[in-house]
Formats: sequence, structure tokens, C-alpha cells
Amino acid sequence: MPSPRTLYDKIIDRHRVMPLNDVEGPGEQLLLYIDRTVLNEYTSPQAFSGLREAGRSVWRPEAALGVVDHVNSTAPDRTAAAPDEDAQRQIDYFARNGRDFGIEMYDVLHPRQGIEHVVLPELGWVVPGLVIAAGDSHTTTYGAFGSVGFGIGTSDIEHLLATQTLPYTRLKSMRVTIDGAVAPGVTAKDMIMAVIRAIGAAGAHGHALELAGDAVLALGVEGRMTICNMAVECGARVALIEPDEAVVDYLAGRAKAPAGSLLERARRSWASLRSDDGALFDRDVHIDAHDIAPMVTWGTSPDQALPIDGTIPDPAALPAAERRDAERAIAYMGLTPGMALEAVKIDRAFIGSCTNARLTDLRAAAEILKGRKVAPGVRAMISPGSSTVRREAEAEGLDTIFTAAGFEWRQSGCSLCLAMNDDVLAPGERCASSTNRNFEGRQGTGGRTHLMSPAMVAAAAVAGHLADVRRMPRP
Amino acid sequence: MTGKGFSRLTATAAVMPAANIDTDVIMPKQFLKGIDRAGLSRGLFHDLRFDAQGAPDPAFLLNRPGFEDCRILVVGPNFGCGSSREHAVWGLLQYGIRAIVGTGFAGIFADNAANNGLLLVSLEAEPHGRLAEHLAARHSPVTIDLEAPRIMVDDLVLPFDIDPRRRRAIMLGLDRIGETLAHADAIRAFQTGYLAGSPWLA
Repeated sequence: MPSPRTLYDKIIDRHRVMPLNDVEGPGEQLLLYIDRTVLNEYTSPQAFSGLREAGRSVWRPEAALGVVDHVNSTAPDRTAAAPDEDAQRQIDYFARNGRDFGIEMYDVLHPRQGIEHVVLPELGWVVPGLVIAAGDSHTTTYGAFGSVGFGIGTSDIEHLLATQTLPYTRLKSMRVTIDGAVAPGVTAKDMIMAVIRAIGAAGAHGHALELAGDAVLALGVEGRMTICNMAVECGARVALIEPDEAVVDYLAGRAKAPAGSLLERARRSWASLRSDDGALFDRDVHIDAHDIAPMVTWGTSPDQALPIDGTIPDPAALPAAERRDAERAIAYMGLTPGMALEAVKIDRAFIGSCTNARLTDLRAAAEILKGRKVAPGVRAMISPGSSTVRREAEAEGLDTIFTAAGFEWRQSGCSLCLAMNDDVLAPGERCASSTNRNFEGRQGTGGRTHLMSPAMVAAAAVAGHLADVRRMPRP
Repeated sequence: MTGKGFSRLTATAAVMPAANIDTDVIMPKQFLKGIDRAGLSRGLFHDLRFDAQGAPDPAFLLNRPGFEDCRILVVGPNFGCGSSREHAVWGLLQYGIRAIVGTGFAGIFADNAANNGLLLVSLEAEPHGRLAEHLAARHSPVTIDLEAPRIMVDDLVLPFDIDPRRRRAIMLGLDRIGETLAHADAIRAFQTGYLAGSPWLA
């Protein structure tokens, strides 16, 4: 009898071209075959320049797809023009690289343009059991399909393009199980924010993190993507959820998904993609779903988060190791210890990003915004996760609800999540945001970010301050 | 871009103890718009190093007297977390940083550092604390000896562990893609078998 294996180890084993050392288990070095990658215009240019300088070609051009998403404008009237010259140069070089190396590229005007981690699943190109490495940290998103996804830098993009492999070190395994069912008003975003708070911003460092439990498997595939996406904010290089029928249903009819007899054959193979009973994890953490409330961040690290009915912590009451960082974060955020989170007034509200801008996210925000108005003085905007999401939302009439409430209904891109384009916070501006990082300056130099779910952003936009979505029922 | 290989480094070190210093702080977004690697020295810790007018902030550690030739950073936990941007590593190297001593580094950042010849040393919390305290008391040059491997400052000697492949790459400055392409036949054979067994991926 072979010993029980984790899902992570099974996928890595299937992709091992050759060993590179003689270690077994975590720390094993191997040459790892990479199934697919997605490229963006800002982390890939130097990789293509490196290939040119070395006279190398791309090993398997059909295993890569490029999408412009980070630097493009999200202005409501879409044009091919970039917000500035530097962005235009990146977009132009990206297109040229696609032509020269034979890689399919979606430019700004492409009907399927959008944020890379929204576009790939939408196409049905992410199926269970893959290894996907890409030049963006949120590549962990693909764990929602039972695929190993991990972020890489530009040198490794070049390596992957040239060889279809990466030298890889096997990670340790960790499992977080969320048992039970969450209360109304609690979303996938709140679940992963609660995990990050519980284990810390480096809590899963060096581990592949499997997320398990009734509350996780009760989520649709889009909610699972939110969880795996943001798992990188607790240091997980890989996040995984075992693929089930919900994943197969999600793939049905998508443009690049397998169909017919190929799908049937694939399904038989996917059935073994789960951690065996008795598989050993290096760490096992349990969280009770009933204990999770709608979450918001108060600081400048994603683990500096609390339930919305909490108060800004007093650094003096925190463990010594956290005190200085908390003091600095509270000062940067312009807050006062002891202040109720719900008393924190906002200037901006943003719904977008690869974490939370899919159709179900927009529906959740629309439920709150229907028949309501954004508070005076708050600028609110929505940037759908992809052009496809934008069309689907419009077909349901969601855009009408958003614009009637006073939200700007924008085009797709990474936008204010990292503010590489012209969507930027002014110094001191405070934003309720459905994104993934509340780092200093992330949304603009001096900008202040509070992370939360899309429904909580909608509630804050209406209230004018951080607000508890559970006390803002459907009108 | 691989830094020149080295086996021993003696230089000024700066201690930045905050936890979770992320790559947005190391290299802010306004420096990510190039299609080459140029000009990233200016971007390093930009929003902390420079004031709104672009003048150096005298309070920031690397701007203080005695740190002009800083080549080593001693940092807090989870340094390099967040975005995958390799620009952070390129900027550190262009500024002159050759080695960073911490307790644990974010995974993508660590890979990026290895690919560019930036040495990362992970110490246990106790020796790391002793090093930081020593440097707070005495601003002495730090030596990192990769042969041993160990860190030395005055009479303090701290051995450390480093992955043999990464150590070799730092010492010799290797062409990692060339090394992998030496196995091109093995990759091709694997791919043929793999795609035959998973025809929905072919």
C-alpha cells in the first residue's frame, strides 16, 4: 500500500521531469513541468528581452496567453490609448512580443480583455491537476480548480518560456479546515481574511496551503477563487481546494475547456485529485465558521484585520513583537486606538481586482446598492474583473443599479488595486476596497486602504464610513 | 542580470527591523513602467527615502551619515512579501545591496534574489536578535563568509545554513536557463509522455 498523499504532492509528482537532489519530501529539488502560464505587460518585458539577447525561442507558445491588465485605463469609454507614454511603451512591446514569439495576446480592445486571473478561468483554460506559474503573486487563484498555481518573478518567466519547466523545491504542507457554515453576510473574502488574521502574514510561509471543510466546499468556484487568491497574503506560495462537481459544472461550455469524450477521460483522471484520508500535513489548523464575522483591515498588513464590530487596537495591549509595527500602522492610517471601526469615515469606495470583481461579487454589491445612494463626498467606482464580466453584469442590469446609486461603472483592469494606471488615491485619502493589499502607498502614495468584501464596500459607500453589512439588509 | 559572484563580503550593514516590508514599499509602482531594468536604484524605498519634493529624508536610515556604503541589510520577518515584482531585487542590487540577513523571506522574493545573485541569509530568531542588537550598539562592518558559511562582526560569529544550489549560484553566478536546457531531451521526452496521458491538455 502506498502511503497516503496530499493533493499538492500528487500534482507535483505528476509534473516531475527529473530530480535535482536526493531529498524526499519537503526540500526535494526537482525540475517541474509547467502546463500553462499567463503573461502581463509589466512583469514580462525583460523576460522577452532576455530571450532575444540569448537567441532563445519559446518552448511551447500555445502554453502561454497574454493579457493587458495592469497599466491600462479603466475609463468608461474604452480606447486603445494608454494613460501615459510609459504604459503605451509596455503595451506596444507586449504586442510585439506576442507577434515575434507566437503567443496569443489580448490587447485592451479585445472582447475578452480583463484581469489575468479572471480571464483564464473564464476561458475554461484552468482545469484540475495543472501546474500554472505566472508573473503575478495572485497566481494562487487557480487552487480553486485543484491546480497548483504560484507566482514567479521575471527571470523565472524567461526560464519558463525557454524551457517549459522551472527548478522547484517541494514545499511543506499545511491544511486549514473551516468547519460548519458561515452566518448570513459572511463571504469568502471574510473567510480568507479571518484565516490571514488567525495565522499571520507569514503564517503559511514555506507551505502549500490546502483549504478544506464544509464552509469552503459550500462556496461556488468564484468564492473559492477569492480564498485561494488571497492565500498568498498569509505567505502561502500555493493554495489548493480539492476539485469537485462544482468545478466540472463551472467548466461546462467554456471556450477552451475540454468537452465530450476528452472531458469524460479528464474527469476520470481528476477523481484522484484529493488528499488521501490519513495524509499527513506538516501543520493542521481548524477554524469554526460560526466564529467568522464580516472583516475589515485597520492597518497596513493584511493580517491587521478585525471583525467590523471591533475597535482599533491599543498597541500597548499587543504582544511586544507586534507593538512597534501596530503603532506605525495606526499612525500611517490616521486612526486612534480604541476608536470603533464603524466610526472610520471614508473618501473612496472601490470594487475591483482579481480577488473580488467577478459576477457573483458584483451581484452581492448590487444587492446592497439597489435603491440606495452613495453618501455625499464619497467617490465610488467599480472596475469589473473582465470585459466578459462587464457584459454579463450589463445583461443582468447590474450596471443600472450601480450608476443609479452613484458608482462609476468602469472598464476592466487591475486599476486601483495597485494604482499602476491613473486610478490612484490622493495622499491621505481613505478607501474601502475589495482588493487584496493594504500596504503603505499601495493605492497611491499616502493613500489609506481598508480591505473588505464587495458587499462591505457597498455598505461603506452608502454609510460614508466603515459599516456592518449585516445591519444593512436588502431594502 | 546576475550579480558578480562572491564568496566573501565585508561591508556596512543597516538594520531595518519592521516585519512584513513588502515589495510595494521596496519598489513603488511608479518605477514599474519600464521595459528594461534601468533606473531602479532611485526607486529603492523611494517613498521612505525621499520627501514629496524629491529631497532625501534625513531621518531614513540609509540617508544617515555612516550608511553611504551600505551593502548589507538586516531585516525583520517576512521581508519581500506581496507583489512578485522582480524590480524590487533589481533595485536593491542597483543601489548596491549585495546581501540581506533576516529570519525568513517571502517565497517569490527569495527566488527572485537567487536568480539575480542577491544573497539572502536566514537566521533563527535568537542569533538574528543578537546580530541586530550588536549592530545597534556598535556600527561595525559585517563580514559574510559563504565558504564557512558564517556571519562575523567584531567578536560575534554566527554560522548559518544555506541551500547548496543557491550558495553555488551566488559564488559562481550561473546561467540557470542554460543549465536547464542541458536537459532539453529529458524535458521533451517527459512532455511527450505527459501529453499522451492527458490528451485534454495537448
